[in-house]
Amino acid sequence: MTDRPDTQNAKRRLPQINPVWILLAALIVAIIFMNPGFVEPTGYMNFLKRAAPLAILAAGQVYVITSGGFDLSVGSLITLVVVGSSMLTNNDPTATYWVIPVMLGIGLGVGALNGLIVCFLRVPSLIATLGMMITLNGVAFLWSGGAPRGYLPDTFRFFGRELIRDVPLVRFIPISVIVLVVVVGLFAWLMHRTNLGRHVHAIGDNPVAARLAGVAVNRVRVTAFMLSGLSGAIAGILLGGFAGVSTDVGTGYELQAITAAVLGGAQLLGGRGSVPAAVGGALALTAIFTLLNFLGLPQPVRQVVQGLILIAAVALAMHRRKQTGT
Amino acid sequence: MKHFLMATGALALSLAPLHAQNFDDPEEFAKQQEQLQAEPMGPEGQPWLQHIGDGMVETADLGIEGPATVCFSNAGVNNPWRVVGYTNMTEEVENHDSIAEFIHVDAEGSDDKQIADIDDLLAGGDCDVMIVSPNTTAALTPAVERACEAMPVIVFDRGVNTDCPVTFVHPVGGYGFGIQGAEFIAENVEEGADVLMLRILPGVDVLETRYSAGRRILDEAGLNIVGAEFTDGDNAKTKSIVEDYLMRGNIDAVWMDAGATAVAAIEAFEDSGYEIPVFVGEDQQDFLRKWQDEGLTAIAPTYPTFQWRTAVIAAARVIEGEALPGPEWVLPQPAITQDNLDEYVNPAMPPLHYAMCGCEDMANYPGAWGGN
Repeated sequence: MTDRPDTQNAKRRLPQINPVWILLAALIVAIIFMNPGFVEPTGYMNFLKRAAPLAILAAGQVYVITSGGFDLSVGSLITLVVVGSSMLTNNDPTATYWVIPVMLGIGLGVGALNGLIVCFLRVPSLIATLGMMITLNGVAFLWSGGAPRGYLPDTFRFFGRELIRDVPLVRFIPISVIVLVVVVGLFAWLMHRTNLGRHVHAIGDNPVAARLAGVAVNRVRVTAFMLSGLSGAIAGILLGGFAGVSTDVGTGYELQAITAAVLGGAQLLGGRGSVPAAVGGALALTAIFTLLNFLGLPQPVRQVVQGLILIAAVALAMHRRKQTGT
Repeated sequence: MKHFLMATGALALSLAPLHAQNFDDPEEFAKQQEQLQAEPMGPEGQPWLQHIGDGMVETADLGIEGPATVCFSNAGVNNPWRVVGYTNMTEEVENHDSIAEFIHVDAEGSDDKQIADIDDLLAGGDCDVMIVSPNTTAALTPAVERACEAMPVIVFDRGVNTDCPVTFVHPVGGYGFGIQGAEFIAENVEEGADVLMLRILPGVDVLETRYSAGRRILDEAGLNIVGAEFTDGDNAKTKSIVEDYLMRGNIDAVWMDAGATAVAAIEAFEDSGYEIPVFVGEDQQDFLRKWQDEGLTAIAPTYPTFQWRTAVIAAARVIEGEALPGPEWVLPQPAITQDNLDEYVNPAMPPLHYAMCGCEDMANYPGAWGGN
């Protein structure tokens, strides 16, 4: 422990703020600079509404990452939820009340299946969830015959599309932002205030030690995948509500969720992860997309910039962690 | 910064061949503008049998005897347009006694697979006539040439760089699509009005020509193009882009190169509390219904799915030894306007069904297309 004074010095000089919040603040300042309308409720509420599905997805993904795995199946799970909901509701507004629980059940079920495959068939999570991703895409395609056959009724789209108007101070609050706060609050509480969260960290850090210490490793791992599946189903319900039915709605979301979690300082291969920071990562990622939209750069340049910002941000996060020893 | 420049440079280089292809050809633009106005030949009310231009090719000397086997190498059934088209096709096959068997191979959107598919069909020796819907033009040309040596070939939708097929079935084309939408905007807004252009993705010939034609008309009309954005055909992204533009300024009209995300774009105006401006969509049911319900000022250019019927009809004529329009069978490309909107809206059909399918009189309509 000879380096202890140094570490403490470093801590004194650099307050222990997760760099993702600094990145987010910088991006938001840049957005406001580009578009002063962003400080109006229409600006930042629209931003939060847009970020909500990814933020919820990241909150679920961080459980799997912290436990030492990946969940690549959430993107196609979103597609399945949107397509499946449109098939099941079949234009009947009253069907929403049972379709939403069914979809949440599908999310939990897919997560459980992922977890069981990883735990008992000993398939690495990268491959298990990749297989699940392909399978679910196929299921969604089979179910819809390649083109969705129904609309989503307004009762279903309520969660992703509607606003509560005439709210003092902020004028209006999108329902999806309320869903975001509730779900993230719940996920954060489970991760940081309960034994489950400690167990998830323990099995990601050192599964053998965790088992010897009496942690039911398999049960915790399956639970982590189930929470990720649940977050996928909720994100699907919000996305379907926001923009309606399409057959490729979830494409790419799995990688964005992993990126968001890593931006928030989660450690790939497990042992470290924070729900609020992953949500911060999701907000930062959405802010990057929004900023590049506002800059009006041509598409190819946008992709180059986006990729470089991501690498730089994660490199910065790693550098800071080394410096502060956290 | 240096790396950034290098990366951009490398990207620009890799895109260079793309720009070498001319997607803004004034001659082709003028030709298609003329074809849109031309009176098509053939039976009225059955546009899948009509043709623009009077070139015909004889097929009696091709020596095919019916009933025969028709093989179809399909680029893919990977989007709703192709799903509707392929249904048209399989239903049309039922109408022809001269087609004994119809063999379909799906390339799943891959050039390599389609080249292998065609070679497999040729090696199998079962085919008498081949229909090809190429995935991309240049890559599929040699495979189509090989097929031509063995049997009569009919190409439709996207073309190939060879004139060996018996005929190439296609509607007027991408320039025509772009012209119809942009002219409608120019007629319905004031000079200097703000127009947002939404595109799916860069580099696809049929979409690039729609855009270049649309842009040309809008520029000539003195309109202000506030932006041209790529949506990847994604509803959520489309809605976000339009919301961002609304936050920054005014939009008087929206031009789209394809209609799949038109309803999401309209919702961005509704949810932000703006009037819905002049809109260019496509012939999907969800857009047509929205148009009717909200009383929009809108137009729906089409890239008609009835061309999938025409390809089968062409194959049947080859087997029967009848003459058919060629070497290009140019089909009419009607737009849906306020005047004929009611004929095409059908709430019984799925939201992404393409209304200009020419399939309403077919035996299994609407069930086979997913309607009630």
